[in-house]
Amino acid sequence: MMMSTAFVPHAGYRAPRFAGLLSGGGWSAWGVAALVLFVVFPVLHLAVPADSALHLSDFWVTLIGKIMCYAIVALAMDLIWGYTGILSLGHGLFFALGGYAMGVYLMRSIGHDGVYHSDLPDFMVFLDWKKYPWYWSFTDHFWYAALLVVLVPGLLALVFGFFAFRSRIKGVYFSIITQALTYAAMLLFFRNDTGFGGNNGFTDFKRILGFPITAPTTRMALFVTTAAALLGFLLLGRWIVKSKLGRVLTAIRDAETRVMFSGYNPMYFKLFVWTASAVICGIAGALYVPQVGIINPSEMSPANSIEIAIWVAVGGRGTLIGPVLGAAIVNLGKSWFTKAFPEYWLFALGLLFILVTLFLPRGLAGLRLPAKRSP
Amino acid sequence: MRRLLASLALACLAVVAAVAASAAAAAVDPETLRQLAFGESDDKLKAIGALAATGDPAVLALLQALLDGNVQTVGGSQVLLVKDDAATDLATGRTVTPVPENRDDVVVNNRVRKGLETAIAALKVSDPDRAVRLAAAKQLQDGADESTLPAIERALAKETDAEVKDLLTLTRASIQLASRDKATRIAAIRALAESGNPATKTLLLGILERRGDSFAEPDADVRAEADKSLRAVDRRLATGEMIGRIFSGVSLGSILLLAALGLAITYGLMGVINMAHGELIMIGAYATYVVQNLFRRYAPGAFDAYLVFAVPAAFAASAVVGMILERSVIRFLYGRPLETLLATWGISLVLIQSVRTVFGAQNVQVENPSWMSGGFAAFADVVLPWNRVVIIGFAAIVLVAIWLLLTRTRLGLFVRAVTQNRAMASCNGVPTGRVDTLAFGLGSGIAGLAGCALSQIGNVGPDLGQSYIVDSFMVVVLGGVGQLAGTVYAAVGLGIVNKFLEGVSGAVLAKIAVLVFIIFFIQKRPQGLFALKGRTVEA
Repeated sequence: MMMSTAFVPHAGYRAPRFAGLLSGGGWSAWGVAALVLFVVFPVLHLAVPADSALHLSDFWVTLIGKIMCYAIVALAMDLIWGYTGILSLGHGLFFALGGYAMGVYLMRSIGHDGVYHSDLPDFMVFLDWKKYPWYWSFTDHFWYAALLVVLVPGLLALVFGFFAFRSRIKGVYFSIITQALTYAAMLLFFRNDTGFGGNNGFTDFKRILGFPITAPTTRMALFVTTAAALLGFLLLGRWIVKSKLGRVLTAIRDAETRVMFSGYNPMYFKLFVWTASAVICGIAGALYVPQVGIINPSEMSPANSIEIAIWVAVGGRGTLIGPVLGAAIVNLGKSWFTKAFPEYWLFALGLLFILVTLFLPRGLAGLRLPAKRSP
Repeated sequence: MRRLLASLALACLAVVAAVAASAAAAAVDPETLRQLAFGESDDKLKAIGALAATGDPAVLALLQALLDGNVQTVGGSQVLLVKDDAATDLATGRTVTPVPENRDDVVVNNRVRKGLETAIAALKVSDPDRAVRLAAAKQLQDGADESTLPAIERALAKETDAEVKDLLTLTRASIQLASRDKATRIAAIRALAESGNPATKTLLLGILERRGDSFAEPDADVRAEADKSLRAVDRRLATGEMIGRIFSGVSLGSILLLAALGLAITYGLMGVINMAHGELIMIGAYATYVVQNLFRRYAPGAFDAYLVFAVPAAFAASAVVGMILERSVIRFLYGRPLETLLATWGISLVLIQSVRTVFGAQNVQVENPSWMSGGFAAFADVVLPWNRVVIIGFAAIVLVAIWLLLTRTRLGLFVRAVTQNRAMASCNGVPTGRVDTLAFGLGSGIAGLAGCALSQIGNVGPDLGQSYIVDSFMVVVLGGVGQLAGTVYAAVGLGIVNKFLEGVSGAVLAKIAVLVFIIFFIQKRPQGLFALKGRTVEA
């Protein structure tokens, strides 16, 4: 399908370097990653005794699981920013919405084990609510919550993107209104009356699909699911950017006007990748919440969304592995810094923003690529 | 010998104290005193009323002593004022030594205590100190009866402070409303119609209240009058509320304007997305804090004038930081707006953390100079705080100054030239690089001025700027890029709309509504309210 479309050799045409989805080396790396994530880590965590030096502790399982969620977000961000040239400062919103959709289900699964032993979640008892608001209906079914994880961020992105791209809002304007969007949503979710736990959000989950949520096996199952999602989305991303669609996206990034003059309507391409990116973010959020055990409105703060951009920038825009590495490096750095020198983390992050944009415009992955003319 | 001297000195002290006390209590009539000390509660209250009615300041000391339990009796006849181991006979004014052993306290039960407090308050409403008068007027609000009316009338006749006067008028009316005389009641109700105090409404509603089959007020004429007054008060309150709301809207607008004006230059004219703009505001606020502390330390006498120095200091601090940023980072990112956005965000994080490291993570205290505290009452219930009034004026001055700078000076000419056509300006010898730095410094300095203003009305902390960055961008975007007039309309308009929505839906929903409105507005008019006319070429 991919290769059958545009095979008309003409002057200046260069054949793609790899015929398949990934190069041979790429597939090997992918396989190694899969082996480590699906086999080695689970064995180290579950089978190796806790006092052994090789044992993978809960801390590391949670941290790596969390970072893989962030990596998925970075991947989604890369599709829209790195490949299509649209910088979203609101991706934290889609991440949080997916997380909230999952959180709603997890809150329902607590059942009567809350502090007040009521039918309703503790925060509703606290607000003296007598029954669930209408938008909580059916959320005790996992399949419905899973549907919401995809639909809520997807629909919001679709509607918002439709209006934004139709009026050809782009560049910094788009960035700023996405920031306003997530800011408005954060204010909304901070209200107690919105019905999502206000400031505190959702926490104290007990079980997922009937399994106790803190048990090592559940933890590992979530970890493996996240790893599968990450590796899957890597392939999906690769497939998108290598397809003809992906080429149009890159063309939009580099010269949108010319794409229009060539007879394409950029709006639908942008709308597709924007919505897909939001859905991927939502799924990452849904995987994140059961592993970390909390979701609250601060996930929607503009600062969080802009941090996603720096993961991508550090790793390298316009490559798929770059953002994944970037998310891992920045977040490992963050968890080390906040433990070792909590007061200097903001300095480090701030300098990272400045130095990467000034001296490393193509990120870490760019170091390996041959130099090219300015994008 | 030494001990003898010491006891002599003590005795002298005691005599002095006693003389002072007796001077205060000399004028008490023996019969009233007897009632006060030995009578039943009713007699006591009557005596207290009689004493209070004289309006004599000396009575105040006696009543206060009675309330504090310093008035004691000996053997059913002698009344003593006992204080610090010295006793004065209140009837004669003479010191009694030694202090008799078998004294009895004058019984002050709750009813008498209440009467005493009211009487004391009635005497204090004529005190020269405003704070004392205000406290007394508040005390009088509950529990005053007809006996205090003369005192209140006296106080009202010479009262000048609006707040105290208002309280007293209200108290007088509520006393008169309880009167048995119909004419007095109607007069009181008419007087209430003139007041704009919200408490009046409660009072009037109380008259119209139904109790079972009958009304609280039996007389229909009085009720009709009360109804009329109530409507007058309602009208006045509604007007007051409207004015209050417009004022707070304009006030919010002026703050938004100050925060956005700098951005209108750096973003609007120069096209630099400066996410650290909020932090430049914060730096201005901290500069104000530093100047304030210097004044407190080295020139406490001139503390009220510290703002005169804080304004230029705030401008200079933010302008210098801004120019350094332009020279060291932003300059290299011209023409790459998204990268500028990220880099300046990084700068904002570094600035926040630097301020945290230097000044601590806690908010710091910036005090208003005395001439900015308090407010002026446009209506009885609409008090416009001076600090907000001053900031509205300040925003207007800054606006005019920027306009003059951009249209009447050589620098302004250069800035406009570079904005419109960089290459052509450069060809004509405009030093574009230096103009960029200066213009950025100007925009940053104005952010500093905004910080100086904000320090006068809110908390100053490292996160101060974060809460303004989204708002300021919204103002600039809504107003239209490159347009000072648009920025002004957008800021004031947003301020007023926000405050009116707040009245309808609460602060958070109002804010969300405004943000959603802007998001939709930009969809319709991406070029803002006031777009530059003409054709533009997209990159």
